[in-house]
Amino acid sequence: MAKMSTSTTHKNISFQLNGRPVTAHAGNHQNLVELLQGQGLFGARESCAQGLCGCCTVVVNGTAVSGCLTMATLVDGADVRTIEDGAEGQLDAVQQAFIETGAFQCGFCTPGFILMTRQLLDAHPNPTEDEIRHYLAGNLCRCAAYTEIIKAVRLAAKKRKG
Amino acid sequence: MGHSIPRVEARAKVTGKAEYVHNLRLPGMLYGKIHRSTVAHARLINVDVAAAQALPGVYAVYTAADICKLIPEPYYGPAFHDQPILAIDKVHYVGEPVALVLAADPHVAEAAAQLIVAEYEELPAVFDEVEAMNSKAVVHEVLKPAGTFPDLKHLKDKRDTNIALDFHLRRGDTQKAFAEADHVFEHTFRTQQVLHLPLEPFVTVADPTPNQLVIHTASQSPSFVRIEIARLLGWPENRVRVKVPYLGGGFGAKLYIKLEALVSAAALIAGRPVKISLTMEEQFYTLTKHATTLRIKSGVSSDGKISARECEVWWNGGAYADIGPRITQKSGFTAAGPYDIDHVSIDSYALYTNLPPAGALRGFGIPQLVWAYESHTDMIARELNIDPLVIRRKNILHEGRPQATGTLMRDAGIEPVLERLAQRMAWEKPFDKEVFDKGRGTIRRGRGIAIGFKASISPTTSVAIVNVGADGSCMVHCSTVDMGQGSDTAMAQIVAEALGIPVESVTLVHPDTDVTPYDMATLGSRSTYHMGHAVKLAAEDARDKLLQLARDVGLSAETTPIPDIFRKKYGMQAGNIVGIGSFIPPYTPPEAGTGLTTDATPFWMIGATGAEVEVDTETGEFKITRLVNLVDVGRPVNPAIVETQISGATIMQLGFTLSERMDFDAGQVTNASLADYKIPGIRDIPAVMENEAVDMVQKSGPFGAKGVGESGTFGVSPSIASAIDDAVGVRLTSLPLTAEAVYRGLRANAGKPLKD
Repeated sequence: MAKMSTSTTHKNISFQLNGRPVTAHAGNHQNLVELLQGQGLFGARESCAQGLCGCCTVVVNGTAVSGCLTMATLVDGADVRTIEDGAEGQLDAVQQAFIETGAFQCGFCTPGFILMTRQLLDAHPNPTEDEIRHYLAGNLCRCAAYTEIIKAVRLAAKKRKG
Repeated sequence: MGHSIPRVEARAKVTGKAEYVHNLRLPGMLYGKIHRSTVAHARLINVDVAAAQALPGVYAVYTAADICKLIPEPYYGPAFHDQPILAIDKVHYVGEPVALVLAADPHVAEAAAQLIVAEYEELPAVFDEVEAMNSKAVVHEVLKPAGTFPDLKHLKDKRDTNIALDFHLRRGDTQKAFAEADHVFEHTFRTQQVLHLPLEPFVTVADPTPNQLVIHTASQSPSFVRIEIARLLGWPENRVRVKVPYLGGGFGAKLYIKLEALVSAAALIAGRPVKISLTMEEQFYTLTKHATTLRIKSGVSSDGKISARECEVWWNGGAYADIGPRITQKSGFTAAGPYDIDHVSIDSYALYTNLPPAGALRGFGIPQLVWAYESHTDMIARELNIDPLVIRRKNILHEGRPQATGTLMRDAGIEPVLERLAQRMAWEKPFDKEVFDKGRGTIRRGRGIAIGFKASISPTTSVAIVNVGADGSCMVHCSTVDMGQGSDTAMAQIVAEALGIPVESVTLVHPDTDVTPYDMATLGSRSTYHMGHAVKLAAEDARDKLLQLARDVGLSAETTPIPDIFRKKYGMQAGNIVGIGSFIPPYTPPEAGTGLTTDATPFWMIGATGAEVEVDTETGEFKITRLVNLVDVGRPVNPAIVETQISGATIMQLGFTLSERMDFDAGQVTNASLADYKIPGIRDIPAVMENEAVDMVQKSGPFGAKGVGESGTFGVSPSIASAIDDAVGVRLTSLPLTAEAVYRGLRANAGKPLKD
């Protein structure tokens, strides 16, 4: 494997991506979304580029972040999880609930909502409607499937309890 | 049919693997970044690209001069050939593309685009649609109709005007009726410029292969893109291939030509694949929704019967006509509302101004019109002390009655929608606290209702192919774009029903003009009806051919499983049966001058909303406590997806009603980001939202269905304005409805008006 040099503009980084170790030559100007695209992952999507819409949500060291505002080099050594994590296998309770309640239309914002819902249910296994609305306030859905999303979160909470 | 199965692409969407143009990268691909005009109206003296070209990593910089070498007449548009691929000689709005930088690294292209210096000689600009009627500032020196629409031909070569279409409807004698009426009311309303803002911004890739130009684009109209790009290049259609995967939202933005002409030209000149992905900010400079001014005047008897109505509508089309002239006419003819009025006069004007172009946005102009005529109807009711439901009952168009054009209302559930809304709102129950608490002190509550209607765009064509494989599975080739509305699922359900096979056996071939036949476009709630018919006809054609094949090989046609028919014919799992369907509904164009026609539309869409609001009289702040949405969509193909369409449309219109407004300073958008332009989030939806499709059948529709995507938008804005008026006696006539506007109204009512 050819060695890539670390320069003032780029840095060699290594991190865990969906449970597998990867290395990358990341530009100092690149954000996490671009880094993931370089790895062939397109589920985190840059939309507003201001950290306001949630389409680029990525989970870094267990916390959901805006991929558009996270510089790529900052994930050096981190555990990075995206919507593609585990996608080859079974769908989890949140994904199933989003399908069953029809909680999306175009699907562009859906990965962000699903990742945030998982974090919401980890923190609040029985969320009230206020908690749901508060927690998901940073994710925007222009198709406005919001009422269905609230239903999906409730259903996912139920499913998680089995 | 009629079952709420999950979307066929559901799994792909929840795993982040659904295919969008956004995901596409091709070997050798260059990224394009656009340098845009900084002035609203100016002669373009010079474009200095030297510094941009000198930046290391820049592949090329193109201006109009480069484009013209490939395409001598590089102007495009569905109604007018008015929009140049890059600005030629003049710029017409702030944000107009002036030059393009290509680089392998998008960051290099972006940096270089900022090094371009354009020199302008500024010209007087016009921004207001009413001023544009007679302004000295003229946006385009000469009008260039595309030639596709007969009612635009008379505008060819017209000079010194900003009017891109004037539509007139005359029925009866409004002047005489006004003179004889007990009362005449006249009001003026305004709507603001807003935008679609799909979360997937515009994105296009063009790939110049040896035999074809292949365009991958987030477009709602692949067939139009192919025809228009072929026209620009002077090529046959089959040398242009347009492919569209899923769209991350469209709402009318991604129609006709947006980035496709620029990306195609750049790819052909460079000889490399080129991708342009717009930023969220750039969407504010690409396509918007018409701001409008609407004047409406009615002659009414003392008991509330409307005898005459006169409407003038000025549509602010921005710098390029896009589909504005069709909105002006196709929606314009419904400007008097879903009412049975003997004397109607409508004048509807499409106007050029020096603002970003405007086009279709979820409703094709109807939400602007309903805002005016339903606010107006409510104001009349209040003046005459008639209940808002009673005045509507007295005037609505009943089944079989002629609409203003003269077209008879058929399968138009105006009355059922209105009555069901009244029932759900408990409108006629005595006003006690059990039903609706009007509040006291500083918290006051009110409620309002509004109803609107829309004609389907006509005449338009859809063609489909159904290809049955030897194992009995089936592929549907159609150019309808699934941008979230669920068309893949609906088409699969229709084909499965027509063929009598499980819906799991049906897959959709996504729009690819090499293999999916012509469709006018995915717009105006037309696909379920038009493409629904085409795929149903194609499926029926395939079924007939299967039955014939069964009979030919001596099998019982009705009972033999499909694979056995193929096996008997070919001796193994082999062969195909291909069914073809083509659909174009009947249509009679309106008479020039009077706008009258006996057949304006294949079907009518009806939507109504009831709103309950709570107003804080100390601040003017208000919240919507309940929103009830009723529509007539015929017989829903997939009730769950239909409900999401209704509520999604309603919430989008809620944004246009309460918070969204593009702000301008000398034509420059000053809030072109999600930080400054507020779209509805999950905390903005009303505490109670109810959606219902009334029990109706569109007899001419496929399995009784018709369109649904827009109907939820119709009644939202006026029902909320009327509810505010009901609560605190403040009538707002301009959108958006803000707390400040309510508070100003409260102060004015108290005789203590605030200064501007």
